[in-house]
Order: sequence, then structure tokens, then C-alpha cells
Amino acid sequence: MEVASNWAFVGVFLIMAPIFPALPILAATLLRPSKPNVLKSQTYECGVETVGDTWVQFRVQYYIYGLVFLVFDVEMVLLFPWAVAYNDLDLFAFGAGFLFIFLLADALIYAWKKDVLVWK
Amino acid sequence: MDCVSLCQVVQNLGVADPSIARFIGLLIGVLLVSGVPLLTVVILIWYERKFAARIQDRIGPNRVGPFGLLQTVADLLKLLGKEDITPASADRILYNAAPILSFGSVVMIWAVIPFMYSANPPGAYVGVDLDIGALYFIAIASLGTLAIMTAGWASNNKYALLGAFRVVALLVSYEIPLVFALVIPVMLAGSMSLVDIIYAQSSMWFIFIAPLAAFMFFLSSQAETGRAPFDLIEAESELVAGFNIEYSGMKFGMFFAAEFLHVFTNGILFAVLFMGGFLGLFHELIPPLGFAWLGLKGALIYLCFLWLRNTLPRLRIDQVMGFNWFFLVPISILNVILTALVLKLMQVAGWAPTDFASATFLEVLPITVVLFAKDVIMIVMIMGRVVLEGREARAAEQQMNEDLLVTAAGD
Repeated sequence: MEVASNWAFVGVFLIMAPIFPALPILAATLLRPSKPNVLKSQTYECGVETVGDTWVQFRVQYYIYGLVFLVFDVEMVLLFPWAVAYNDLDLFAFGAGFLFIFLLADALIYAWKKDVLVWK
Repeated sequence: MDCVSLCQVVQNLGVADPSIARFIGLLIGVLLVSGVPLLTVVILIWYERKFAARIQDRIGPNRVGPFGLLQTVADLLKLLGKEDITPASADRILYNAAPILSFGSVVMIWAVIPFMYSANPPGAYVGVDLDIGALYFIAIASLGTLAIMTAGWASNNKYALLGAFRVVALLVSYEIPLVFALVIPVMLAGSMSLVDIIYAQSSMWFIFIAPLAAFMFFLSSQAETGRAPFDLIEAESELVAGFNIEYSGMKFGMFFAAEFLHVFTNGILFAVLFMGGFLGLFHELIPPLGFAWLGLKGALIYLCFLWLRNTLPRLRIDQVMGFNWFFLVPISILNVILTALVLKLMQVAGWAPTDFASATFLEVLPITVVLFAKDVIMIVMIMGRVVLEGREARAAEQQMNEDLLVTAAGD
């Protein structure tokens, strides 16, 4: 019951939070002038017409950063329960968590040696 | 006392239907909690502009209202009347959703921030005391990153897209030291609830026990908000305005306000995680004073963010990425390892408390001294290495230049 109410609050917040920024934007639509024309609604490009398509395939570098981040972030979520229980852990459980952090460090060293972290 | 218990209050006031009472209670709670950030953002913009002006030897806004306090209101009114141009080639749905997501996600963080002491039931006045509060913060903060990415992609503009791609690299990378820094307060407090983390600091602030983690959190949250020296997502000299280039009128205003609010929210979170939140003189006797303490600490950290922003120049993208992956991430991993090891050894030896919330000042003192010394040693060693490497690099460069000169003279 208690937990359910807590998340009900988060749920109501989730519905209400977009309303705060949406209200001024909606108010602005009522107040502001709206006279679009072809020139105004062109894509901005420092005074010249934009050339070619924007949504093209991009360098793989960004994808690799995303991938390395994913490795760390997912593993770090698993680190939090260990951190919460930390003060009550015996040495064995503590060591197990420790091993896990070393695996994380190992992932970093691997990516480092693979030279994927250098911005090219 | 959290906003969930407001439902009971509403029910006692005479609303018979429990589900309606619950909904009204939750709604009032949401309005109360989100009122704080929505009201502060108006003052924040004034505060930031004044401070930036003082650093640059200017006066700053001083015409509208006393000390220019109403400048933000005037700007808001101006933005309301500005024409809002949507580029014809933009993805309309995502384009309109991005500013709303950006601002909404920052406001949502405030749901878990404890505001002041509450005696009955013992705890704190807080939107909701989630037992995974720290994790909630990480999850919601990532939504802001997503909003910037969405904005850059949906604008269908090359500058904006470049900004969006830099987000993938920059904001996402700096989340790693942020989360690692967050592990340490969670470890010390033994809980992810922000209320528990605050009470674990009743005899000693975590900034003294883990100064390096606090510093990591400070730096990476500055990068998370995309501000100088890490403001590559909207680098004016390279990308004109980056991800928000196609936005105008109130939609741009929302991105703008979200950025200010995000920085302040990070300041408040720093105060909660490392500086004891609302704990201070007489915070139990006069609860609103606790609220003032929290605001004061948050404003102090906000000032440091602004100081950093206005002092340092923008870095190059390869420098920023190198700083994160080859400096912040290894150090933050090492910091977690060393802190965990030292603390466990002290706990086994009986020199450190296993429950920081009920420990007295004298019980916490030894571990504080040891961990503080550990952080100082780490910082000295790291900085020593950085200085040495810099010296070597400069010497090599000079040698190369001299060789070139010799070759040129030989010709």
C-alpha cells in the first residue's frame, strides 16, 4: 500500500510535469503573431540554402561511445544494491562486490587498449 | 511527512470518496513540490546574469524593478509575444515535444528532494521518500539528455544534428563519473533514499569524508548540464547554437529555463548528497530554517558552478572526451575501490561506525580523517603525475622545435 502510494505520486508527477512547460508554450500560441512564409520556415544555414539531406548515416565513433557507456551504466546499476548493503556485508560478500568493480575496471582497460576511447 | 500522507489530510477534511481524496492529495502535493523550482527559476536567471556581469566587470540587469529583479519577468513577457517559427522540414511531433521533455524532466527530479525536518512522523518534508531516490535521480536526469538529442534530431538542421551527436558522446560519457561518485554517499549511508542520506550526515557531512567523490560529482554534473567549459553541445563558435538553433519564442525559452533549473537542481542535489541537505543550526526547532539552510547550500554550489562557467574557456571536443575517459572515469573507479576497502577495514577493526545515522561525532572522526587523508594523497599523486606529464610533453615539443630550427639552419 505504502509503496503503491509512493509510485502513485511519481505517476501523478509524471503527468503533471509536462504540463508546466506546455502551459507557457500554449499561452504563447494565443498571444504571439503567426505569419509563416516560405523563406522563414526554411532550414537555417548561415544565409545560404542547405545542401543535401540532414538525416544521413554518421560516424561509428559515436556508436562505440554509446556502447561503452551502456556497459558501464548497466553494470553500475548492479553496483548500487551492493553499496546499499555495504555496511552490513561480511567479508565474503564484500569481496564479491569488489571483484565486480575490478571487472568494470577491466572493461575500461580493454576499451582503452583497443584505442576506441580516443576522439578521432 | 511526505505528499502521500496529504491524501489522509484531504480525507479528514471531508472528502468522502477515498480514491478522489487520494487523487486530490497527490495533486496538491505535486503542485507544492513543483512550485519551489518553478518560482526559483525566475530568481535564478537574475542571479546568474548579475553574477556573470560582476565577473566580467559589468553591472548586469539594473533597469526593470529594484536591482533589475523584474528583468526575467520582462523577458518572459517578451518571449510570450515572439513569433515561433517551426522549420518546414522538421519532425513536428518530436520538435514540439523536446522542450517540454527538457523542462519537465528537471522538475521531476524535485519529487525526491527533502525540503525540511518533520517531527511527526519522524523524517522530512519531501515530495515522496522513494527508497531508490538516488537511482530515480539518475534515471530522470538522463531524460534531459534524451530531450536534447530529440531536439537536435527533430530540427532537421545540420548544426542541430551535430549538437545532438555531441550529446551522445559528451553527456552520456560524463554520466559514468557522476554515477560512480553517487555510489559513495549511498555506500556510507547504506541507503538510496535521499532522506536517509541526509540523516546519515547528522554528525559529519560527506564532503569531508569523501571530498574527491564530491569533486567528481561537481565536475560531471557541470558537464551534464552542458555548460562551459563543457558546453560543446551549443558551442557558438562551431555550431552557432547547437541543438536549439531552430527554436524560437517560448520553446527556446523552455530550453533556456530548463538549463538554469538543471544547474540549480544539481546544486541542491550536491547539498543533499554531500553537505547534509537541510541539516544545520536549529533545523529541528524551526523546520523552515532547514529549508533556508538547503537553499543557502544549494545557492553556494550554484555560485561555484557559475564561477567555473564564467572563468574557464570552452575546451575542444577531443580534450573533453579525453578528460572524461582517461582522467575522471579511472579516478572515480579507483576512488570507489579505495574508499570501499579502507572503510571496510576500519569497520572490521571497529574504528568506523557501521551506521552513520546514529554515530556520534567522535565515532565518525577517525574514518573521516583517514578517508580525507586518502583523498588528499590521491589528489597529490594525480596532480603530480599530470604536472610531470605536462612537463615532459612541453620538453618534447621544445626539443622538436629546436631540431626543426637546426635542420632549417643546416639547409
